Amino acid sequence: MTVEPKSQSVLERTSFKKTLNRIIEELLPLMAVPVAFLVGAIMLILLKVDPISAYVTLVEGAFGSVSGITQTLVKATPLLLVGLGVVIAFRGGVINIGGEGQLIVGACATTAVALAMPKLPGALLLPISMLAGVLAGAVWGGIPGVLKARLGVNEILSTIMMNAIATQLSLYLLTGPMLDPTQIASGSYIAQSGLLPRQVWLLRLVPRTLLHAGAILAVIMAILVYVFLWRTSIGYRIRAVGLNPNAARYAGIRVPVYQALSLALGGAFAGLAGAVEVLGVEHRMMDGLSGGYGFTGIVAALFGNLHPLGAIPASILFGGLLVGADQMQRTVQVPSALINTILGMIVLFVVASKIYARRRARRRETNG
Amino acid sequence: MASLFTLQVLFGIIYTGIRLATPYLFAAIGETFVQASGVYNLGVEGIMLMGAYSGFYVGMKTGSLWLGVLAAAATGVLMGLIMAVASVTLQAEQGISGIGLSLFGLGLSSLLFEKTLGNPQSIDVFPAFRIPLLGRIPYLGDALFNQNVMVYIAFLLVPVASFVLYKTTFGLKVRAAGQKPEAADTLGVNVNLIRYTTLALGGMMAGIAGASLTIALIGLFQENMTSGIGYIAVALVYFGGWRPSGVLAGALLFSFVNSIQSWIQVKGIAIPANIATMMPYVLTIVALAFTARRAIQPAALGKPFERGEN
Repeated sequence: MTVEPKSQSVLERTSFKKTLNRIIEELLPLMAVPVAFLVGAIMLILLKVDPISAYVTLVEGAFGSVSGITQTLVKATPLLLVGLGVVIAFRGGVINIGGEGQLIVGACATTAVALAMPKLPGALLLPISMLAGVLAGAVWGGIPGVLKARLGVNEILSTIMMNAIATQLSLYLLTGPMLDPTQIASGSYIAQSGLLPRQVWLLRLVPRTLLHAGAILAVIMAILVYVFLWRTSIGYRIRAVGLNPNAARYAGIRVPVYQALSLALGGAFAGLAGAVEVLGVEHRMMDGLSGGYGFTGIVAALFGNLHPLGAIPASILFGGLLVGADQMQRTVQVPSALINTILGMIVLFVVASKIYARRRARRRETNG
Repeated sequence: MASLFTLQVLFGIIYTGIRLATPYLFAAIGETFVQASGVYNLGVEGIMLMGAYSGFYVGMKTGSLWLGVLAAAATGVLMGLIMAVASVTLQAEQGISGIGLSLFGLGLSSLLFEKTLGNPQSIDVFPAFRIPLLGRIPYLGDALFNQNVMVYIAFLLVPVASFVLYKTTFGLKVRAAGQKPEAADTLGVNVNLIRYTTLALGGMMAGIAGASLTIALIGLFQENMTSGIGYIAVALVYFGGWRPSGVLAGALLFSFVNSIQSWIQVKGIAIPANIATMMPYVLTIVALAFTARRAIQPAALGKPFERGEN
């Protein structure tokens, strides 16, 4: 702490170099996407697939038509909400890989509540069922949070396990207690719930598309998360814990409490993603509802530089990637598994490109 | 419930439990070296999937299962080195880069499978090999000593890994790199080279772990067939307190829970299948909760090392 003046003079002397480094730092992670696609193209060539036609199909499928764009925004919505949950956790210094499970339990809870009270008016039932999803997600994220805070359980591993548990739990519910009565009647037993009462369906924004009011809700949430993290005292404490837990502890902040809180809050947002997906798109809970949003949302959050507002364009980009991948698989028979390959590379490139910021942070730590 | 307690079922559970420990052992013993050297590789899941695919593909195309194992090992080394570049040289946040590597392996193994093989096919796995004398013990001989060669290798790895980690110079360097990298560096140990080596080794073992699924246990490849074994293997290293013997205990615990779980399903006992499938994952969390505070983890675990910075 006492060395502060020295480090300041060092900073002044190298201020030009610092600005340059800063620009490289900010731009380098953005290169992750083109580089990952380039490596993906090489893989496709080795597999005797024409990468140009594959990528053209992908981009056209995602952004080339009104239906493509609305579909992209539909997929961007859960990605953004999950991504916000990841951002909050990250800012609190914990890593939430549990978006997938939190989304699934959120979707289940919303469905169960909406189906349980079909007579209630929409103005009441919609917020109640949405809240149920949020709470379920918060519990699913809060369990690893409490385990981390009280027992020091590694949250990456516990959230991954919670994903697997949620998947099995939802399959159990959807083939048992929550199974669609019409599926039983027809004897086909597809793992899905009954259709939600119409009064809870979210408003469709563009006629004859799936784009629903949840997209607007997600953007509002992004702004709220920004305000929460940077303009409220709880948000400030969460960030303080994430930036330097030791300093936060000296300042009297109860670090474990805020770590658990940020995981629970992260879960709440993923739970909301599940709720919105059920209320806005499918109007029922079904097996495979998530389709990997939990993981793609992590990538979107990382690519958005772990900033709630940065997550907005990042979610649209990755939503487009998911939509384009479906198109690519249908029309040029390139397996959509290519997308996971590319997403994985993007994650690796983004985190690896943070070396400049990391070096700077460490220098600051050793100086102070 | 009574039908679970016959002698036949009991030894069936033992037989399956021993068999199923194979992928956990390969992956977790490898990860023990990685974590002992101070790196936390969450990419095991993705490496296993790549190993599962390449072992299956090469085994099928050449007709030699051993070449399949070799291919899986080589693929694993490559994947481990990707992790090394990211987490050692570029000092990336290890938890996240591991998730990235897993996502990459998940995607690439499915992509390769669909483009090179496509439809589900199966191959003959390593045949069971009855160990002379021991294999003739009634019941127990069938359960323990009539397994295939990959199972035996997995169990033999445990004492070998203990020996290497605690009785050789290399093992000492590995542990020094994980406990006190600065001190190790002062004494002339190339910390980052050690970490590259353990990541390559751990990758190789994870690759073989994957291949053990496709060409020693199941005989086919499916998209995302590991379904979390790689992550559980990472958890086993915590559970086992960073010691091969502890990892063995953890691997057996898990494989027996899995085995009992599958026998429950076979016997049609009235526990919903999905609830039974959940058990290993619940157990992982419980196991982590009980061991999190106790374990003495390598002091430098998860921290990149840079010379002259401290």
